[in-house]
Amino acid sequence: MYRVSNQVYGWLLFFPAAVMFFLFTHFPILATLKASFFSTPRGARPARFVGLENYRVMFDDPVFWKVLGNNFIFAAGTIPLSIGLALLMAVWVNGKLSGRSIVRTAYFTPTVLPMIAVANIWLFFYTPQIGLLDGLTGLLGFPSRNWLGEPSTVMSCLIVMTIWKEAGFFMIFYLAALQSISPELQDAGRIEGAGRWYFFRRVTWPLLMPTTVFILFNAVINAFKLVDHLFIMTKGGPNNASSLLLYYIYEVAFSFWDTAYASTLTMALLAVLAVLALSQFVYLERRTHYQ
Amino acid sequence: MISAKISHYLESFGAWLLALIWAGPLLYAAWAAFHPPAYIANFDLFAPLTLDNFRTAWNTAPFARYFLNSFAYVSMTLAGQFFLCTLAAFAFARFSFPGRDIAFMLVLVQLMIMPDQLIVKNYELMSRLNLVDTTTAISLPYMASAFGTFLLRQTFKQIPRELEEAARVEGAGWLRVLWSVYVPLGKPTYIAYGLVSVSHHWNNFLWPLVITNSVDTRPLTVGLAIFGAPESGVNFAIITAGTLIAVAPLLIAFLLFQRQFVQSFMRSGIK
Repeated sequence: MYRVSNQVYGWLLFFPAAVMFFLFTHFPILATLKASFFSTPRGARPARFVGLENYRVMFDDPVFWKVLGNNFIFAAGTIPLSIGLALLMAVWVNGKLSGRSIVRTAYFTPTVLPMIAVANIWLFFYTPQIGLLDGLTGLLGFPSRNWLGEPSTVMSCLIVMTIWKEAGFFMIFYLAALQSISPELQDAGRIEGAGRWYFFRRVTWPLLMPTTVFILFNAVINAFKLVDHLFIMTKGGPNNASSLLLYYIYEVAFSFWDTAYASTLTMALLAVLAVLALSQFVYLERRTHYQ
Repeated sequence: MISAKISHYLESFGAWLLALIWAGPLLYAAWAAFHPPAYIANFDLFAPLTLDNFRTAWNTAPFARYFLNSFAYVSMTLAGQFFLCTLAAFAFARFSFPGRDIAFMLVLVQLMIMPDQLIVKNYELMSRLNLVDTTTAISLPYMASAFGTFLLRQTFKQIPRELEEAARVEGAGWLRVLWSVYVPLGKPTYIAYGLVSVSHHWNNFLWPLVITNSVDTRPLTVGLAIFGAPESGVNFAIITAGTLIAVAPLLIAFLLFQRQFVQSFMRSGIK
């Protein structure tokens, strides 16, 4: 009798959250999947089953491939650099450094700002002629450029800004990990005559591995989620050169009102996320196996 | 020994240089906001200070309303998260019920797929519930949070069973045990999660943009985006002033409670 009521109790406690999880996560996923096999309802004309037609359209859609490619470039551009810088920052503010807390504040502050505010500020840096960047390159004698208006430079500009925004956030996790490494290891290393770089490579870095994997997981998911800045800075332009998958989904759904196709694109995004998450999970499993 | 000293100085220099680069954009924005628009592009140490930009910005957009909206949305979300996640975390930490492990896996799905990625269907759902353009609609999808549930479950699991058994012997029911044993002992986790949640939702943009369409519900981020859009024709000095107004509460809170802030981010692990 006690056991039964206990089980019921557990379910009752979970129930309110379960309803919400189902309504706003699981149901939308299933509904998105379903909608991706139907046409978009328009006015009096209801949605009708079209099978894989939306997917065929997607595979033939050059914008989709462009945007997907952009997203991978964005990920490849932001992730390694922001993680590398985060590690460097963490090592610096963990060591002996005068004014350490000021430096740490400087590194972390961009993290607390909304991306919209960041975009507002950086938009000015990239403005041709009066912007800071043009001012700097002008001093060196280069001609003025429309940094956000040219397909060749726009992505790099957004990547630099994103690194500025994200590195400090990842630093915090490295800092926590560094502080949990026991000082005795450092002493032992010194007695053995290990140089700092050698010690870092052979002891610290392997110990930081779980943190790195964790940060990587977050960074990858983030790279497919970050689109706020596009609304202010480029609207995905010029000619989709800076558009990302989630932004394209937004456009298709809320500017063109093609909800069926937006659902299909969402499935593609979820598939990418699932593959990335699963591969990292498998990698993690394999690592813990050898421990 | 001398080379060690040199490398120490070099590193300090590097650390400070990077700090300067990192603080630069925000400091520059602050500088621009406090000076007349004419000085935007040419930095002059002796340019006259002014508060006009702030005055103009404040009068150009209904910031007071945006603040109120953001505040309502963030506190409503947080209250919902605390309530739902506490109950769910308690269930996962201390009860075994059929399907628990599968249910937990299903909860964790949300760590990866957030409501932000499901805007199309969540919007449809909200419009079917007649909730479009309400604060409730901005909050609802985030109230059941996988991250909060996971974090609190870890905390609750670490609490010794003896404490709970003592309360049980005294004749306390489960909710009583939860309220007077688990919740008080989980306080540091609640604070950490609260800070992470508040800063995340205060800064959230995409979902609020999709679901709101009037001044009465728009949070600060959406208001700021409309305000700062190039087509709104506002000049940069005023945009930076508006931006500073919008980020001020969180920024000031961060500068005052820096240590707690940073620690809460550390403690919270996954975001």
